[in-house]
Amino acid sequence: MSEQAPTALASDLRQDATGIPVLSGKGVTKVFESGGKKNVAVDHVDFEFRQGELVSIVGESGSGKTTLVKMLLGLTAISEGDIYYMGTKRDISTRGKKKEYWKGIQAIFQDPFSSYNIFHKIDAVLLDCLNMRGLGKLPKEKKLELITEACSFVNLKYAELTNKYPFELSGGQQQRLMIARIFLLKPRILLADEPTSMIDACSRATILDMLLNLRNETGMMIIFVTHDIGLAYYISDAIYIMERGKFVEHGKADQVILTPTADYTKRLVNDVPKIHQPWDFSVNFGK
Amino acid sequence: MGKAMLEVRELTTKYITRFHEDVYAVDHVSFTVEEGKSIGIAGESGCGKSTLALSLMGYYFPPLHYTSGDIIIDGKNISGMNPDDVRVKILGTEIAYIPQAAMNALNPTRKILKFIEDVILAHDPKQSKNDIRDLARKRFEVLNLPADVLNRHPVELSGGMKQRTVIAISTILSPKVLIADEPSSALDVTSQKLVIKMIRDMMDMGFIKSMIFITHELPLLYNVTDSILVMYAGQLVESGLAKQMIFDPVHPYSKGLMDSIIVPEEGTRDVKLTAIPGTPPNLKNPPSGCRFADRCKYAQKLCKSFEVSMRKFGEVSPEGDTSERNRAYRCLIPVHELKESYDKEREGGLSS
Repeated sequence: MSEQAPTALASDLRQDATGIPVLSGKGVTKVFESGGKKNVAVDHVDFEFRQGELVSIVGESGSGKTTLVKMLLGLTAISEGDIYYMGTKRDISTRGKKKEYWKGIQAIFQDPFSSYNIFHKIDAVLLDCLNMRGLGKLPKEKKLELITEACSFVNLKYAELTNKYPFELSGGQQQRLMIARIFLLKPRILLADEPTSMIDACSRATILDMLLNLRNETGMMIIFVTHDIGLAYYISDAIYIMERGKFVEHGKADQVILTPTADYTKRLVNDVPKIHQPWDFSVNFGK
Repeated sequence: MGKAMLEVRELTTKYITRFHEDVYAVDHVSFTVEEGKSIGIAGESGCGKSTLALSLMGYYFPPLHYTSGDIIIDGKNISGMNPDDVRVKILGTEIAYIPQAAMNALNPTRKILKFIEDVILAHDPKQSKNDIRDLARKRFEVLNLPADVLNRHPVELSGGMKQRTVIAISTILSPKVLIADEPSSALDVTSQKLVIKMIRDMMDMGFIKSMIFITHELPLLYNVTDSILVMYAGQLVESGLAKQMIFDPVHPYSKGLMDSIIVPEEGTRDVKLTAIPGTPPNLKNPPSGCRFADRCKYAQKLCKSFEVSMRKFGEVSPEGDTSERNRAYRCLIPVHELKESYDKEREGGLSS
């Protein structure tokens, strides 16, 4: 894929961001219609994600995060607006083009238990990645070498995984296997939709560490979708705050979390239990 | 020292698997909750937190079985009681239990007031419905819940409101102990705060006399409870006041847990998250010696062969506050040696 010059998209922040925009959107909207009722899940959002960046999209349940993720992945049609991939308008009208697009954008989902085909062994899962990257014709030893490397990257031992099924692993191991897949595929963009919410706090640190290593290793852009504002603050360069389908605030992580301007962001940050500042119960929301 | 509301002595309960193997999910656990105090239980998934909660309220239905130990609620020993008796005599008046998805416990075809009538009439069949209605109204009013909720069906309420309603229903008889098992982890942050505020109000007003709060979210525990117990592989490994446990943990496992805390506060990004390597042991055949030894970077040779029990440490504060002394941990290595290693690591981390 030829890398084209970045298009002139409005971007008031991140003047110091050096990478070229890999994924951007203008007026992206999703409307669900049923029985004449219209429900706007994502409402004219603009965004610009640059190479090598780690961006978090933070919002509460029902804010439209997952709908946006589905649109970015091309799993749901867009009602209005455009998504630009590598500077040009995204075209996924045919199956072939869609597959080509998916070589550049991959995802890790919330629930590792339902992310795998239960009839396929782990070997098949990993070999599939090589085939997708067009490495299917490599000699067997070379393939094994790549797979072993990917497994050791996420602290799994391929020798212990071979001939097993994904469901024989624990949740944390399955999520790590997912990251090993991404390591093999080396996509340009990784969409991580709540990858740690089903895992307890200790294994969470391991997963986050691996995602950060992955970014340093491959220079991929990571879009991290979460409801946990502390987690987003810890991991990301930039944060987008989503409320009822709209981005109410975006900017550098420090700026958004430590000096929020939107009321919604203030409320979110204020409502999270903290350990150095007292938890403020004084504000009353008539909910 | 206040009056002990709940005293647990060497409680041991087990699961019997379908292959007739014994799994001791709660292994010689002892602690005391005083009147007006709350205690938090933290630990990884599968460490026995929820089993402890079920054991405390006498919920011994197969595969869970009572083995040994005492559970004393306000001077009354309920251990080994028949689970059906427990339901009539203990639940509601002595102990109330709120599971994580408590809001799904509401029958969608009945109004909220009906549930309250059920709870009260189960314990006192002679109460008049008018009295119950008045009591419920009053209770809802002081807890800042709109009174018209009583005449609504569960589907008309939002998730957070449902959870608060369930808590109000289950504590309508002012139980001595409230066991809250992840009561807010299915909710968003704003609803979570309202739930916590309500629980704190109930403690202040004396509707619940003591509380056990179970969660894996440590910043939340720090803000809710007076003291914290850390559980690992069915055993307690450390106990102390919330502040001590969060900022000054002693046991290597607690230290690992506290190092994985992430909060949206200044300085969070400068600290490198550390994970505890490995996975908890299989409780079907727990390792000999310290159960954490395999994952512990401070483990010594002896750790794997000697089983240590909880040891007390800490001193009395100048104000004569004895609570400082009630710290205990389960580790072979002396406190000062552990703390020295932590300090060294912190300095090493800063310089690199």
